Amino acid sequence: MGTEIPAGACKFYIESRVINPKEDDKVMGRRAKNLSDENLIDLYRTMIKIRLFEEKIIDVYSAQDMRTPVHLYIGQEAIAAGVCLHLGPKDYITTNHRSHGHCLAKGMDPKVLFAELYGKRTGCCRGKGGSMHPASVEHGILGTSAIVGGGIALAVGNALAANMRREKRVTVAFFGDGATEEGIFFECLNFASLKRLPVVFICENNLYATNSPITNRQPNSYLWTRGGIYDIEGYFIYDNDVLGICQKAREAINKARSGFGPSLLECRTYRWKGHVGPEEDHEKGARPKSELDLWKNRCPIKCFRNYLIYSRKIRASLLNEIENTMRHSIDEAWQIGKNEPYPDQDELYQNVYFQKTT
Amino acid sequence: MPWTKVFIEKDETNILQSEGLRVLSFRNALKEAQAQILTKYPEAFLMGEGVDDVGGIFGTTLGLVDQFGKERVMDIPLAENGMTGIAIGAAAAGMKPIFIHQRSDFLPMCFDQIVNHAAKLHYMTGGQVHVPLVIRNIIGRGFGSAAQHSQGLHGIFLHIPGIKIIMPSTPYDVKGLLIAAIEDENPILFVEHRWIYDYMGFVPEEMYSIPIGQGIIRRNGKDITIVALSHMVYESMKAAILLEKEGIDVEVIDPRTVKPMDEELIFQSVSKTGRLIVADVACKTGGIGAEVICKMIERNINLFKVPPVRINFPDTPTPSSPVLEDAYYPTVSHLVRAVKSMV
Repeated sequence: MGTEIPAGACKFYIESRVINPKEDDKVMGRRAKNLSDENLIDLYRTMIKIRLFEEKIIDVYSAQDMRTPVHLYIGQEAIAAGVCLHLGPKDYITTNHRSHGHCLAKGMDPKVLFAELYGKRTGCCRGKGGSMHPASVEHGILGTSAIVGGGIALAVGNALAANMRREKRVTVAFFGDGATEEGIFFECLNFASLKRLPVVFICENNLYATNSPITNRQPNSYLWTRGGIYDIEGYFIYDNDVLGICQKAREAINKARSGFGPSLLECRTYRWKGHVGPEEDHEKGARPKSELDLWKNRCPIKCFRNYLIYSRKIRASLLNEIENTMRHSIDEAWQIGKNEPYPDQDELYQNVYFQKTT
Repeated sequence: MPWTKVFIEKDETNILQSEGLRVLSFRNALKEAQAQILTKYPEAFLMGEGVDDVGGIFGTTLGLVDQFGKERVMDIPLAENGMTGIAIGAAAAGMKPIFIHQRSDFLPMCFDQIVNHAAKLHYMTGGQVHVPLVIRNIIGRGFGSAAQHSQGLHGIFLHIPGIKIIMPSTPYDVKGLLIAAIEDENPILFVEHRWIYDYMGFVPEEMYSIPIGQGIIRRNGKDITIVALSHMVYESMKAAILLEKEGIDVEVIDPRTVKPMDEELIFQSVSKTGRLIVADVACKTGGIGAEVICKMIERNINLFKVPPVRINFPDTPTPSSPVLEDAYYPTVSHLVRAVKSMV
């Protein structure tokens, strides 16, 4: 399939393969062989949940009462959904400033997340974290760093703790392509491999760090190879290929859980919105619109939906129903979250230091 | 009391032994504290470059690997920032790491993880997660150690909410404060000084802890207050003995923890003496001395009979040449001179 390269588009676009769901049926079918219809529908539901959650943010953001910088995940949903499908509640994840998708895929309640975005007392962090620092101990999210690469170290530390306690927990670190330029990434790969820690590194390569294309930042884009010097197996998963992500994530998670150490998955993707905020980058001239249009064409949700309908013979009406139900529940979660009470101002001084309850 | 006393000369501790009291060096008190912590808390572990080697962090961890194994006395890669982040992640998941740096000078390599992560995680998560992490770091001095192996950097961290800073001076305190630090379960910078490792003192065998934020009067006096930190406690005690002969009565206060600071103890002392010197093992500008003096002025601008004085390293990097080193470090005679100029 010939592809026209939009002027000004990221160079690695050239290497990208346009997924045609019908052509890829066989490949997808192979990857999905271990997944029941129920699994696949769960996967679809999670992706829809993330998309609708963030579309709600876009709808309401101009009211300016959601006073937190939002880094939207739209376009990347396949990764969080595909990976978290294989995780249990006791498994840990670390996310980053672009956090909503991972939190929802790991099972966090949208209303608690909305409440946090609105700075409310019932938010997951009682209004002290906002969009960039969600946490939920019961979902294995022990804090979120918005310092690029910070979450990778937290993840390896979570995995070290699990290892030292001989627990069977796996930790997944989600991070972007920018994080693979940080020293801490390599420090963590080294240690995780040295100690064979039960951790899976998921690099979401969306080709841009804020407005800087990866071509301005790295000599090549083979991020999946970066663990090779530390004997960490790496895999590359094509653009938003949710079943490819699912398959490789399952293998990597099982490997980690069985004590065979870390893996690195590079999942290539594309963020539809700007680095921060609900606008699209071409509006400010940061990227060509044609590049975005091509990636919208390979929307992870659209492609997967086509696959489910045409190849798995899942009724479109069922998928529509899932979407409608989800839309309703996201609306409801938003209503609840938005209308929760604010914290008292004296809470400002709470939680600076941990105090033991005696 | 034996547990509050500072012994400047080694043979002074003979008195303790003759009374049947147990005497240990600062170094061995530290080692004993760590051994007891590792025994009592299965989630505690030591990590640091060379913790299990023949040097054993100046002897403070020597032999612990034989008792507790390589997993809990963990040698680590030279990756200060990453390893600090990993320690934080482990702490957030319920472990109690003690991260050991042979020099405080390596702390700037972990600055991001200490400042942006360790100090913030409890707050950012709305109290869901806390970080029981103790970071032992040692200030070096002398033999030409120079600019990157002799710094005291605790002043920088004083500025950061979410971190506590402990600076023990006596064998009794180092044991009690390290145990307190582990039990406190907050990110704690535990600042040691290489030159006090051989000082001896009374150290009980059982586990005990000293409240964090509680200073102590090392010597009562009525003419002037010296707030002395770490190694400067010993220098100040020596100065006090010399000055006593000249009829000047010095009160020496050892805050023991600088964040939180025992402000009240210092305030009571300065209210009595009206004169204050703060002696620290770090450069002057923006340090603990500035903060102590400022806190006193905030409480009472008329507190001082004479302007307060800071005794510090000068605001230069540490030199290497012995001649320049001599010029660099404040000594007992600096303290004596400063006191005399104030009374």
